[in-house]
Amino acid sequence: MEGKMYRKESQILVTMFSLILIPVIYALIVYNKYVPGNPDILNDLAFWGKRFIVLVPVMVVALIVIHIIFAIINKIVTNQDIPVITDEMDRLIDLKSIKISRWVTSVGFLLAFGSQAIGMQPWVMLATLISSCFLGGVVEGIVQIYFYRKGI
Amino acid sequence: MSKCLISNNIRKLRFNADEMTQQELADKTGVTRQTIIAIENGKYSPTLELAFRVARVFNKPLEEVFSFDLKDAKNKSLTGKRI
Repeated sequence: MEGKMYRKESQILVTMFSLILIPVIYALIVYNKYVPGNPDILNDLAFWGKRFIVLVPVMVVALIVIHIIFAIINKIVTNQDIPVITDEMDRLIDLKSIKISRWVTSVGFLLAFGSQAIGMQPWVMLATLISSCFLGGVVEGIVQIYFYRKGI
Repeated sequence: MSKCLISNNIRKLRFNADEMTQQELADKTGVTRQTIIAIENGKYSPTLELAFRVARVFNKPLEEVFSFDLKDAKNKSLTGKRI
């Protein structure tokens, strides 16, 4: 089982890279568009709130598109379909990985509010909050791949 | 990772059943091929329901498909290790 990449694992990897790449690209676009002429906007919570609300549908659409492209490429290369069923092992792995990712996200929340307790800028809290959400997703993927490879 | 104490004869039974593929067994039991591979390699202990489904595919009683190593389990209990 080890050493060979299964479709489920490659699907998880695609999701993980998407969870890193999409917010980073989005943050870079927003930063370059708004921040250089107006550095005070970094601490404008209303501004970041609006940008985050836009990010959610952008993420959903981008993830759907990326997974469709992945499925097409996978079909062309391997001539096999992506498994559509979620069985008992998948559900067990999901449960365990979600539990661990929740811990990562919770630590991020603590750090975010801790940053305000020690008087850091509001954007630090926002950046930590949002990063911890995406980091939780990435950790979830890593844990899933670990369980698929090592067994559960 | 705790060692799986449930062993099985699925590979042998598949071979005896006209060399049934892992994918065919997965389709008949309603799971993915990856799950069948994990069970065969002792990396996942199936639920009772899935175990019965697998046994039914081969038309065998459960104990002819799966076995539980009680001796090993007792040793692990005495040494305080997780089963």
